[in-house]
Order: sequence, then structure tokens, then C-alpha cells
Amino acid sequence: MMEKPIYMDYQATTPCDRRVLEAMLPYFCEDFGNSGSTSHILGERAEEAVEKARTQVASLIKADRSEIIFTSGATESNNLAIQGGARFHREKGNRIITCAIEHKCVLETCYGLKKEGFDVVVLPVLRNGVVDVEMLEKSINDQTILVSLMAVNNEIGVIQPLDEISSICRRHGVLFHTDAAQAVGKIEVDASKADLMSISGHKIYGPKGVGALYVRKNPQVKLTPLFFGGGQEQRLRSGTLPVPLCVGLGTACEICEREMANESERLTEYKNYFMEKILGSLEEVYLNGDREFRIPGCLNFSFRGIEGEGIMLGMKDVCVSSGSACTSASLESSYVLEALSIDEDLAHSSLRIGLGRFTTFEEVDYVSSKIIEVVNRLRKMSPIWTKGG
Amino acid sequence: MKYSQKVMDLYANPKNVGSLDEEDMDVGTSVVGAPSCGDVIKFQIRVDKDGKISDAKFKTFGCGAAIASSALMTDWVLGKTLDQAKEIKNQEVTEYLSLPPVKAHCSVLAEKAIAKAIENYMSKRKK
Repeated sequence: MMEKPIYMDYQATTPCDRRVLEAMLPYFCEDFGNSGSTSHILGERAEEAVEKARTQVASLIKADRSEIIFTSGATESNNLAIQGGARFHREKGNRIITCAIEHKCVLETCYGLKKEGFDVVVLPVLRNGVVDVEMLEKSINDQTILVSLMAVNNEIGVIQPLDEISSICRRHGVLFHTDAAQAVGKIEVDASKADLMSISGHKIYGPKGVGALYVRKNPQVKLTPLFFGGGQEQRLRSGTLPVPLCVGLGTACEICEREMANESERLTEYKNYFMEKILGSLEEVYLNGDREFRIPGCLNFSFRGIEGEGIMLGMKDVCVSSGSACTSASLESSYVLEALSIDEDLAHSSLRIGLGRFTTFEEVDYVSSKIIEVVNRLRKMSPIWTKGG
Repeated sequence: MKYSQKVMDLYANPKNVGSLDEEDMDVGTSVVGAPSCGDVIKFQIRVDKDGKISDAKFKTFGCGAAIASSALMTDWVLGKTLDQAKEIKNQEVTEYLSLPPVKAHCSVLAEKAIAKAIENYMSKRKK
């Protein structure tokens, strides 16, 4: 028997791995010290735990532990990188380049800076969801101080060409920040490609409320902090560190590093099975985002003739989403899908399926069959679906 | 989206899904909404010789609320005269289905659908 509900929304969040939780527990009530209070044994233990976690995070992205700043999550990391980078380098120029399918926390941060007088360029993406790198090169002028482009998109799972973007930014001497919340722990990520990289805890089976920002040391990337106070985290992020959460993020990273290869192989099989079954059983279904350049655990389909929420309602025992978690309560169609220039009705008819560590083949088979059944049923009652069946 | 049991029931077992012959002089047809907005309702009524709605069918592209609103509307107009059918207000649909505020526009669309279908029937009759 499958446990219900079936969770297939791993891009929105992931369950905390029990091993992660176990590692965190001692740091709530027993070793509860402040990692800054190293004058006594409890403070020392907390500091040791935090530094071990920092090393685990660094190791997963092939960075040095001194390059990891703990934050409250990817939203804060993105804010710190973009606002902090832009403000620190304001004297050098005012252009910031990002792209149309970035996470809201990147786009909104950039729009906020625009109000402060920064010149924000939003790059288009190609139909497959890959950022237009030619446009990137053309958009960099002598005023450009920062490029922020995500490693993997949260709605369509498309992997961006970080190598290419990185070398363009290097060639022009521009800071490169990447929001890698959906990439780290899923695919090999090499932090040295970027100057700044955002990481999230809860996307990789860690706890919610913790993330990290990689800040390159060589050469040292400088940022203006968002918070001021006790000067923790190399003065970049004041505030007492949430030791259990840091331990959780570290442990989550350590598990990913160990298990990523196997997990990725298994999820790729599941994804391919799911995709082929859906595309083979239904007419006029479109896979959103490039077929090849995508992470193993994410599929995004548009079904002609029916609306996304209607499909989800037909399978109440399955947790999927029709867009990102941030917009699933709103009625607007996905801005990410709109940026891919797909037909307007298809932008309303999308479903994102997120597979992850605890997904079973049985669930994959059940959910794919269920989708086919519901789509066929809804198409029979759709006024814009004119084909048979 | 959290929906009431009534919405869920109408979504799961909608009555009156289908089409009537658009060319039939006794049939009024409307198509309201747009695919780009995420909602399209096709609504059809058949009017008998006593001026009462003897059959109603719908097809809907949209969310659960849009499907439920249009299904409910077909049910409510059955047996009514055209004037009585025009009296059905979207607020009644919203209330009956306990639609969340962000979905109130679905009931507006259903009201528009019946109004347009009646208009279509009347214009055929004038010819």
C-alpha cells in the first residue's frame, strides 16, 4: 500500500531527512551553547558543530569553508548577494543583469534596486528555458557590476549553462551570482564558477529556515551587509547562529554528497518513465523546458484544453503544483512559462511534478496513470478541446 | 485551493456536461471567457414551446470553481422560463458553493454565460 497523500512537489520543499533531524536534536536542549561564546565548553561545542557544518556545506560545492556564510535561507542569500554586491560596488557602476525566469526573490530584489537608481536588465530566455547568453554578452557594458542568473529553474527544472555564463562574466570582470537553491545536492555544482552562490536547506532534505551564501575568497568578493550587530559570519551576517539549523544544513549537504550519484540515477529513470508514459499516452502534451538540460527530479507539462488547477483537483491525494509554491495561491499564469513564449492557454494548463529522495516507482506509476485519467476526463468537458477522446 | 464539498461533488460528478445542436432554432449558445485568462465556458439551453428551459448543457475549461459554477447553473436553469433564468445572480452561486473570494469571478462568468445564451436564443427567434 502506498501512503497517502503522495508527495510530488519536491521543488517547493522536501521533507527533512530523519538522519538530518537526528543530527540536529542534541543542539536544542543539551549542547545549546552560543557558537560565539567560546569561553566555555558549551560554546566551544556549538562552535565545533557549526564549523563542521560549514565544512560539509563547502565540500558539497567544492569551496573552502571560509567561503560559507550561514543565512536564513536562499531568499536571504539572494538578497545579501544582490543588494550587498550592488551597494558595495555602486561607485564602479550601476547595471545589474538578471533574467526573466529567476525566482521572485531575485527579481523583486532587483526591482527594489531599480527604484534606488540601479539600471536593471532582465534577459529573455529561449523557448527551451535556457538563458540567452548572446544577449548576456551584449548587455554587459562598462557600468555593469553584477550578473545574477540561477543555476536551475524552480518551475521547469532547466539547468543554465553556468560555465559559459561564468566565462563571460570573468572576461568582463563582472561579479557573477547564482541562485543554486535548486541545483545544489541534485547535480554537481562547482562554486568556483561563481563569485556568489545561494544555497537552501529545505530543498535538500534539511530544515526550513537555514541556507548559505558562498562568497568567493580568491579574489575576495566584497559585500555590504543587510544586518548589523555582533559581526558574526565575517561581519556579513550579524546575529547568533541557529546552531541546530546549521548542523541540519551541514548534515543534509553531507548526505547529498554521498548519495547524489545513486539518487540522481534512480530519479532519472523515474523521470524518464513518467515523461514517456505521459507523452506517449496523451495527445498535445508539452514538456516545458529543455528535454536534456534539466535536473533529474523535475517535470513540467502543459496539457492542451484543460486548466492546471482542474487537474490537481482531480487527484486530491497527490501533492503537485501548477506553478511555483509562491504563486500557487494566485490566479495568474506562471511568469516563467510566459517567458518561454508558450501559448497563453498552455501557460494556464501546466503541472509541475517534483520527484525526490523518498519517491517510489509505485508512486510514479500511480500518479502518471492518474494524470492521464484526469486529463482525459477533463478534456471531455472542455469547450476548447475539439479532438476525440 | 480549499473548496467546499459542494464544489468538489459538482467537479467530480458534474451533471449536464455536453453539447446541443447549435443550428437548432430552439437552442441558445454562448461561449464566454478566454483561454488566455484561464476560463472558458460554453453554455447551451434548449427552450420548449412553453418558453421554459427544457435542457441545458455546458463545457468548461477552467479551475474547479469554474466547472462547479457552470454545472450548478445548468442545473438551476432547468424548468425555468427565460425571465426566471435571467434572475439568477452570481452572488447566489458564490454563496451556494461557498466560493473563496479569489474565485468569485467564476460565478460572474457563469451568470454571463446564461445571459449570453438567452440572448443568442432570442436573436435566432427574431429572424
